[in-house]
Amino acid sequence: MTAEGGVQYSKIAEIKGPLVVVDDVESAAFDELVEIETTEGERRLGKVLEVGNGKAIVQVFEGTTGLSISGTKAKFVGKVMEMPVSKEVLGRVFDGLGRPKDGLPDPIADKFVDINGEPMNPEQREYPKDFIQTGVSVIDGLMTLVRGQKLPIFSGSGMSHNLLAAQIARQASVVGKQDDFAVVFAAIGVQYSEAEYFRRSLEESGALKRSVLFLNTADDPAIERIITPRVALTVAEYLAFDLGMHVLVVITDMTNYAEALREISAAREEVPGRKGYPGYLYTDLSTLYERAGKLNGRKGSVTQVPILTMPSDDITHPIPDLTGYITEGQIVVGRDLFRQGVYPPINILSSLSRLMKDGIGEGSTREDHSEVSNQVYDAYSRAQEVRALAGIVGKAGLTEIDLKYMDVGDTFEKEFLTQATDENRTIEETLDLMWKIVSKLPRNEITKIKDKYVEKYYKEE
Amino acid sequence: MAAQGRIVWVSGPAVRADGMSDAKMYETVTVGNSKLVGEVIRLTGDVAFIQVYESTSGLKPGEPVVGTGNPLSVLLGPGIIGQLYDGIQRPLRELSKASGSFIGRGITTTAVDMTKKYHFIPSVSNGDEVSAGNIIGTVKETDLIDHPIMLPPDHPGGKLSNLVSEGDYDLETVMATTEKDGQSIPVKMYHRWPVRKPRPYNKRYDPTVPLLTGQRVIDTFFPIAKGGTGSIPGAFGTGKTVTLHQIAKWADSQVVVYIGCGERGNEMTEVLVEFPHLKDPRSGKPLMDRTVLVANTSNMPVAAREASIYTGVTIAEYYRDMGKDVVLVADSTSRWAESLREMSGRLEEMPAEEGYPSYLASRLAEFYERAGRVQASGSPERDGSVTLIGAVSPSGGDFTEPVTTHTMRFIKTFWALDAKLAYSRHYPSINWMNSYSGYLADIAKWWSENISEDWFSIRSETYGILQREDTLKEIVRLLGPEALPDEEKLILEVARMVKIGLLQQNSFDDVDTYCSPEKQFKLMKLLVDFYKKGQQALKEGTALSDIRELGVVSSLLKARMDVKDDEMPKLEQLDKDMQEQFKSISGVKVSN
Repeated sequence: MTAEGGVQYSKIAEIKGPLVVVDDVESAAFDELVEIETTEGERRLGKVLEVGNGKAIVQVFEGTTGLSISGTKAKFVGKVMEMPVSKEVLGRVFDGLGRPKDGLPDPIADKFVDINGEPMNPEQREYPKDFIQTGVSVIDGLMTLVRGQKLPIFSGSGMSHNLLAAQIARQASVVGKQDDFAVVFAAIGVQYSEAEYFRRSLEESGALKRSVLFLNTADDPAIERIITPRVALTVAEYLAFDLGMHVLVVITDMTNYAEALREISAAREEVPGRKGYPGYLYTDLSTLYERAGKLNGRKGSVTQVPILTMPSDDITHPIPDLTGYITEGQIVVGRDLFRQGVYPPINILSSLSRLMKDGIGEGSTREDHSEVSNQVYDAYSRAQEVRALAGIVGKAGLTEIDLKYMDVGDTFEKEFLTQATDENRTIEETLDLMWKIVSKLPRNEITKIKDKYVEKYYKEE
Repeated sequence: MAAQGRIVWVSGPAVRADGMSDAKMYETVTVGNSKLVGEVIRLTGDVAFIQVYESTSGLKPGEPVVGTGNPLSVLLGPGIIGQLYDGIQRPLRELSKASGSFIGRGITTTAVDMTKKYHFIPSVSNGDEVSAGNIIGTVKETDLIDHPIMLPPDHPGGKLSNLVSEGDYDLETVMATTEKDGQSIPVKMYHRWPVRKPRPYNKRYDPTVPLLTGQRVIDTFFPIAKGGTGSIPGAFGTGKTVTLHQIAKWADSQVVVYIGCGERGNEMTEVLVEFPHLKDPRSGKPLMDRTVLVANTSNMPVAAREASIYTGVTIAEYYRDMGKDVVLVADSTSRWAESLREMSGRLEEMPAEEGYPSYLASRLAEFYERAGRVQASGSPERDGSVTLIGAVSPSGGDFTEPVTTHTMRFIKTFWALDAKLAYSRHYPSINWMNSYSGYLADIAKWWSENISEDWFSIRSETYGILQREDTLKEIVRLLGPEALPDEEKLILEVARMVKIGLLQQNSFDDVDTYCSPEKQFKLMKLLVDFYKKGQQALKEGTALSDIRELGVVSSLLKARMDVKDDEMPKLEQLDKDMQEQFKSISGVKVSN
């Protein structure tokens, strides 16, 4: 039985979980796109995970509910899954497989691109070093984001990571020329309200027409989640490297992605790695995260801010753990600060931006940035130690200098960290606030800053 | 007869092909119509199990598989230095010429420029008896690297003839021939060597010379020897990569092989951008002139990641055989182990711990055994070394996971990175209580002969202070610092100074990034002297607060950044200042 554009097989041998095993396959390629037609005529998409000896194992993105052994047809399309891209995708909303969800017709494609992408040649990468002002003090000052970086937000369920991501997307977009900035937002298995919050937030700031949204909400098929970040990143790469735009990609929530991956792995009866996640979770995640970057001789950039909720706030869980090994730092949202009502509740000690060192300093932010941020980190870390000590011996057991550090900790959280969701601070304001904190310490405690900067910026109270 | 088969099954990087009864284990094959590179890793009947080094997307059963007859090999000759290779020695610069910014598939390239001419100066004569490993002459590869042309290690030897005279030749020129038993073998500037087979040498020495890295916590506290093995495990964010980059930059070796094995693309780019601008502290030449990069980033095909380690170590051994000291840095061996795990899973092998194959330990052992300081085979006599340093990325920062525990069995220097230190921005975050070096006794001799006879005792005293502090911290945690007598508070104070002024090192600071052994020793000695003076002063009744407030304290803390390597007199001055300041407070008594 043949059909247009591909070969049609009707012999389904087995259906288990998200997988369909097709029998008597003569010609199918690894990774090939498959169309499954149910007895009712409904069409679903899938891809070949394994092929050989006359069998093909097909992963069905929309799930296998309602499929039957007899009557279900599988058509091998003859190509891998592709996403049609063009400038018209801006301002549009798609579903998790990249099909229009806003009631408008398919955008006219400029070209069709393999959603898996190809690895960037490290020799062709341009090292990211352009500072992005997010307007959020703690990020700009202590874990600076640069164009082409992948900097995830590690959060926990119920915390304010979405507020933060939306604030970054809104505020980062207003700097520089507006035309060359775009936001790609991929929702993976999140609640409708969360996706809607993000959409509305972009709309209110006027950024929606420069955004592309891919929505796979919690009630959408789980296996579709494997595809959602890939179509989103394919569009992002097109906007960045073909059209020269600076693209900020926000993906939430990577935990749901990893769970979908685990579901498929389990259905294939693979030997699991840690916590039942497949042994190739690291490699698989890297094929998403490594799609951030800049390229030599091209104008645009892809910056990723993936969000993941750490199961039971455990940073050693495989998902945050493997993510942290791939991404260039992490922004960790802390439960304690969140409980105290601090926004953004970022735990700076476990947060880090690896590319910060090249994105700051004279010419991009300010000469003293690197050293003053080291001193703030050091001071806040001392403050935490002192607080722990005070919990045991009481405030009375503390030395004078210990008390100063306590004060530094409080000032840091109240005046520097805390910020309104619509408060957009310049980098100068941020750095001045950092000096305000440092200036609470006596001068001989300042060991990480060169004297010339201390002379210039230190103001003892 | 090369095997010619057909694909019968495809799953990710794993392919099965039948009709392969002529194939050999670990033979390289071309797979499919687009001629992807693969390697045979299992043979059952006429079915070969192949790991493919490129993405198999779109590959179909029925497509051809053709054997090459050769095991996976690297090309060894002038032109390797300064290159950025992928896991199977394809130059990424050449790949980008063929496929642009993204890496395409089925591209064939040569590892070095075969047409580039090098100036050859012969060092033997026609009629000489030569054997495997003999040097027949030298070319200049880069400003920093003299590249001797050696007979391949598997060369049968013979009488040399047709040796070319001094002049410029390219790699395909026959430089000489050897005659033996009526057989004539041409010798070129290059040869090939299978990556999974260690290159032979004459004999092995004990590692007794330190590999100086300019990093105080490494050189002074947990040194590694030339030809030794070291491992640097750490959770993400503990500064593994920065520390490895520092070693690659400043180690006093002649050649550095840096393997980015399943790591970030931007990190390799960083090395590529930065190294040409950094100067080797000894020769003043760009660091890139002594560096080879092997990059198989995390999103590049997983099977080539497995090969990248072997590609790198074979290149390192080749330069060792020239009589050079080579450092190989592999970041990260955990990702390499994961690629083993992934292929093992696809082979449906019975897994051992955490899904890793049971041969993980033996593969790690084989790899680290390729380190060593050796006398190379062939004449003239020459010694070279390969130092192997592997990063480990333990899942969840847990040092009890299989890759870390197995690695610890095969290495002698262990730099344990500590997330807590990293969180408080103590870099390098090498934990001084959990780290160790098995070379300390062997290389102490070098320090006492070259730097100071007191080195070992001063080092022990400094380390003693840190150990005392570690026990005292427990008490402080329970009772607060005020519960301690002044003498012990002084230990806390000096330990803090040792941590800030000696152990911490800012790799982004122009001065602090590299520290000469002389400066390392002097800084350490100043701190120990401070401690002794402080003890003395306390005994004489001086108040601890007076000692703490001495101006010299902050100078000692900042000396690592303020005093350049060639400004040692400043440290002498600091020493004098310290003596005088202590004198000035010696009369001050504790007021009750």
